[in-house]
Amino acid sequence: MIKLGVPSKGRLMQETFDWFSARNVHLSKSGSDREYVGRVDGVADVELVLLSAGEIPRELAAGRLHMGVTGTDLVHEKLTNWSDAVEPVAEMGFGFADLIIAVPACWRDVTCLHDLDAVAARFRAQHGFRLRVATKYHRLVRQFMKAQGVADYQLVDSQGATEGAVKNETAEAIADITSTGATIEANHLRILQDGLVLKSQATLWHSKVAEGDCRALIAKIGAGS
Amino acid sequence: MSQLRAEITRLLTVFQSAGAVRVEADILQPADVLLDLYGEDIRARAYVTSDPLRGEQMLRPDFTVPVVQSHMAESAEPARYTYAGPVFRYQDNDNGRAAQSEQVGYEVFDRGQADAIEAEIFALFHQILMPLGVTASTGDVGLLVAAIEGLTTSDARKAALRRHIWRPSRFQALLARFSQPVRAKALGAGGQQIGLRDASDVELRLLQLVDEAAAPPIPQFEIEALNDLLEVKGHLPEALAQLQALAWRLPAIAFAVDHMAARLAALTSAGVDVSQIGFEAAYGLTAMEYYDGFVFGFYAQHAGWPAVASGGRYDALTRVLGQGRDVPAVGGIIRPEFTLRLSEGDLS
Repeated sequence: MIKLGVPSKGRLMQETFDWFSARNVHLSKSGSDREYVGRVDGVADVELVLLSAGEIPRELAAGRLHMGVTGTDLVHEKLTNWSDAVEPVAEMGFGFADLIIAVPACWRDVTCLHDLDAVAARFRAQHGFRLRVATKYHRLVRQFMKAQGVADYQLVDSQGATEGAVKNETAEAIADITSTGATIEANHLRILQDGLVLKSQATLWHSKVAEGDCRALIAKIGAGS
Repeated sequence: MSQLRAEITRLLTVFQSAGAVRVEADILQPADVLLDLYGEDIRARAYVTSDPLRGEQMLRPDFTVPVVQSHMAESAEPARYTYAGPVFRYQDNDNGRAAQSEQVGYEVFDRGQADAIEAEIFALFHQILMPLGVTASTGDVGLLVAAIEGLTTSDARKAALRRHIWRPSRFQALLARFSQPVRAKALGAGGQQIGLRDASDVELRLLQLVDEAAAPPIPQFEIEALNDLLEVKGHLPEALAQLQALAWRLPAIAFAVDHMAARLAALTSAGVDVSQIGFEAAYGLTAMEYYDGFVFGFYAQHAGWPAVASGGRYDALTRVLGQGRDVPAVGGIIRPEFTLRLSEGDLS
């Protein structure tokens, strides 16, 4: 039996169901709408597991799921050496989101990471602490900042409503996912020109760790090599 | 295990015979001090834990910070300290390194003659380690600091370069930027005033950007000389000769080169065969530590091993931790697990 992990809620779940339907694999919630039990029609020996998108990377890496649908951002953030644990089978064409760095729009002098680094140095000198960047993508942002040579900043954890962190004075800049940039703009922020950390979309992943034969499912959806 | 304990005791005894006082440090260290000092990168290397009362704590990633702090609090000088115990390094990549390992260290806080003190410490490490068949590499961050100071450019640009000495690719990007005329910058659109950075600081920096746009590029011959400095490499006597020749093109490094020559003489009198010691001007620049002068490391001929020992001068760190006070500081650590394996001929 192959275990397929799919986000348990909302639009991401519905779009995943639609994507599989278009490939003649029909996923559905069985029982009541509130129950997280699913069924699979159209391919044999596949069990549907509904769980939070954020937990799917970990379950794939542990081998408890054979395949799973979640964003590139979550896989890269949550798994160290992700390519040892999972491989992408198909990019699914929805759930597009860019992880970006944004600063207050009123910082007219800051348009790129070079400026952010320069402002971080003076901010630390003036305020006695490092410029704070609010995010929930700690590893990705830290790696990006290191590669780009930005210093004198610190990450502060923000698990939601991150765009409001600057206005609330809990951070000076943010790193968050955005699809249209509308929320960023509405919160008086501006994306740095070279502040794209990662482009993400919903992706079907295959666990390199789980034992089990996924070829029938992969062939059915017409993906893979 | 008992062999490891014996090796640790042996090394401590060597340092104590050299005049060091044994000190202890807590395994659990407050995270804020380490974060402020090393920045966000430390989180990719240190185990961070927390409790509801004390907040974020770190498992000791090194002894340097607690030893400097306790010295600054008591501060009888000159002082020589030794310590031993486990340090913890979080491994973000599976590189085969142990998460917990032992260190035995020696730190000297002494306002005496800098070159003599550096030579004394290196000679002591050399005496302990050379019988194990390791090779030594050295460098001197002070040369680069001096070269930056001598550039024909603004203090702001010098400060930016100094700040990124330990990030070589960013350093080169800045150097490239400063070697060309500044292109006019398209400013951001602006918006409602939010956050802790106030409008006056934005206005001030906009004015500074106008000055910056008028700044002449750093002359090409100075950039070339600086890059030639970073290329200097060889055994100590040849490296010194290269640097003495380079000082004609980079007069600002003359003092640092004299300091190195004095250190070489002191090393020779201490019985170190300097013709066998390597030197690289760029050595130690990728370390996160605050080393800002003489740096050294001892290496086994074995891929995948960390340095068997390493150390250097870190005056700047004492300045940051000392809250207005500072003290010249030189020290280093030995990894007893590896000296033990070398003495047993175990290169696995």
